[in-house]
Amino acid sequence: MKNIFILILIGLLNCSMALATNSKNCLECHAEWEEEDGPTHLFSKDIHFQKGLGCVECHGGDTEAEDMDGVRSAKNYRGVPKFNEVPNFCARCHSDATYMRQHNPSLPVDQLSKYKTSVHGQRLSKHKDKKVATCISCHTVHQIGDGKLPHSSTHPLNVPETCGKCHSNKDYMAEYGIATNQLDDFKASVHGHALLVNKDLGAPACNDCHSNHGAAPPGVDNLALVCGNCHAIESELFLKSPHMKAYAENDFPMCATCHSNHRIEHPSDKMIGSTEPGICADCHDHDDGTRGSQTADSVRNAINALVAAHEAALTVLKDAQAKGMMTTNEEFLLKEVDQSLIQTRTHIHSFDASVVVPKAEEGIAKADSVKVKSAELIDEYYFRRKGLGGATLVITFLAILLYLRIRRIEKPKG
Amino acid sequence: MPNLGNKNILTDNKFYDYLNERLKLDALVDYMSKKNVPQHSHSMFYYFGGLTLFFFIVQACTGILLLMYYRPGADSAYESVKFIVSEVSFGWLIRSIHSWSANLMILSAFLHMFTVFFTKAYRKPRELTWLTGVGVLGLAMGFGFSGYLLPWNELAFFATRVGTGMAGAVPVIGDYLLVVMRGGEEVTGATIGRFFGLHVAILPALFIGLISLHLIFVQRLGMSEPLHWNQKPPQEKSYMKFFPNFIYRDALIWLIMLNVLALLAVFFPDGIGVIHWPLGEKADPFGAPPAVIRPEWYFMFAFQALKMLPAHIWFIEGELVGMGLFTAGGLMWALIPFIDRKSAMNKPSRWIMWFGIFVVLFIITMTLIGYLVE
Repeated sequence: MKNIFILILIGLLNCSMALATNSKNCLECHAEWEEEDGPTHLFSKDIHFQKGLGCVECHGGDTEAEDMDGVRSAKNYRGVPKFNEVPNFCARCHSDATYMRQHNPSLPVDQLSKYKTSVHGQRLSKHKDKKVATCISCHTVHQIGDGKLPHSSTHPLNVPETCGKCHSNKDYMAEYGIATNQLDDFKASVHGHALLVNKDLGAPACNDCHSNHGAAPPGVDNLALVCGNCHAIESELFLKSPHMKAYAENDFPMCATCHSNHRIEHPSDKMIGSTEPGICADCHDHDDGTRGSQTADSVRNAINALVAAHEAALTVLKDAQAKGMMTTNEEFLLKEVDQSLIQTRTHIHSFDASVVVPKAEEGIAKADSVKVKSAELIDEYYFRRKGLGGATLVITFLAILLYLRIRRIEKPKG
Repeated sequence: MPNLGNKNILTDNKFYDYLNERLKLDALVDYMSKKNVPQHSHSMFYYFGGLTLFFFIVQACTGILLLMYYRPGADSAYESVKFIVSEVSFGWLIRSIHSWSANLMILSAFLHMFTVFFTKAYRKPRELTWLTGVGVLGLAMGFGFSGYLLPWNELAFFATRVGTGMAGAVPVIGDYLLVVMRGGEEVTGATIGRFFGLHVAILPALFIGLISLHLIFVQRLGMSEPLHWNQKPPQEKSYMKFFPNFIYRDALIWLIMLNVLALLAVFFPDGIGVIHWPLGEKADPFGAPPAVIRPEWYFMFAFQALKMLPAHIWFIEGELVGMGLFTAGGLMWALIPFIDRKSAMNKPSRWIMWFGIFVVLFIITMTLIGYLVE
């Protein structure tokens, strides 16, 4: 029964492949020889097959030949590439802009040149290292998927696992002397949470910082620029800050000095300050009373004051809301306070109290305004009730007078 | 000066004399003081008509005040209502009273209509009073429908789209009717313009005309007496004078309801339960519709009934059949004084009574299903 099913499957595959390409002959033999996870069985899910390409486009050979000798005798026969030949094997088409334009004009054609600059490519060419990643390590061999589709190994949601397949394997990576906790760290990071838990495709995967085909660790000096691709304002402020020079002189890994690299935690206000748990204390000891520790404390105090003002405003606003008052204007203003808080936190990267404190004060003034306006609404709430009480008394008094009048005119005479 | 039993109440003062010399009020006061209102166990029903009038007066007054700040248009309607309730002094109160009063006016009008129906007060010679009354209720519902869109908020937009969409199902003229109502294919700023014109000019003009006729008929014919009074000897019938006794009672109820309105407006400015009108978010024609789109409570029975009909009944669209049945039912209801021939002879009609009970139960059941069943 199983065999019949396989034969039917092969028959269907033959028919569909025959329509797209002239690979029918390859399948007639290979499908019978191979296991169920062999190339001919996997290939139907491959992007190349879906684009109408068959076996001969990569492997060459005479498709009309009666046997394997006939296939191999063809001039264009390329067979299976050796490990170190894979990049050039794929690049035969993928670096050919004219050819690629016919199938996918939007796909870049610089993968091979980028690969040559990568650590993987360098090790392959210089050290003939057969353990480094080539095209097929990440893209698979016969099941290459469109990176935009969720089942593809290069879809953003799958990239961490794809890289982690080698980089989190201690035995495999032992000889390179690099850490293997990147995947675990990434999963625990704010980026990993956003990408893998929240499925936020805007969050970075490995390739967004390390590049994909040109994969390499971003240099220490360039880290602020790499992070700045997304965190542009923070990066710009940092590059102009006194920390930039100090970090460069001391070979500190720029952003990663405070935020770490793969295990980047959600930043919190507690990170600021020259006393525990502030991480500024790592370099600027509070007891020294240096300019650095004073700046850290000033910034921390300013942010604390803004957060407190925000909370106070929110408490009064919620009270007004609970009383049924219309608070849309105050809610809108509170959003501006939120914005001030974000801006103040962003400007921490200037490491300059004269920049951060005014930002915080601006937000505090807005928060105070929300608090005052919300308090006015609460006053209005009580005024309405008092007004209602007064109006009700007057109307009730009139109603009683009218009732007495009716009683009087309807009182039986005599 | 006519011999008035209550002359001292109105006529014993110089101001009255001043007006009487110029307007000849004696004749009017004399006419009113001779009018009598029957007194029996269901006399309280007589006050619903006056109460409806009271709510309409409140509507007119608060509506005029709202008009001073309201700006029709897709870019200004929502903003102006928001300005009214958040910035204008007592704007929140005026909008709230306007909304509460609108709902209470419809409720009061419905109660008035059903009490008239079940006491058969529509019988000869009051057929025209009934007809004008049904017309007034129809216009009041028109006020509700047209006013619902004016804040141009999310719920109003989608509810109006559904409501006006039903007009499109009318055979032959449906598409034309829909375009006329919306001022185009879709609900847009042009629709606000139309509904605004309808709400503040056309409907008030018709309403005032029709309610004036209704009041003139009531004044000319007086209050209807219960059917069973035919067999009563005159000495067992009890009456009160329309003026001042009935008028004073009416005024007392108006004062009490004014108090109720003030309480509702202050404690529930955005309504309560299913009767609510929070401003919410501005209408976004491209946004996703709210999870639940419901019409005003007084349209719920019709909305729910149409929703429950199958897509097709035989070969006709279900919605079309429903609208046809509602039109026929509404016509039958309006023409009830001419259908119920027994009432003209002061005799009860069991079939008409059952029809009325069916209509009441239908409205209540459909409304409850609309609100309680998901």
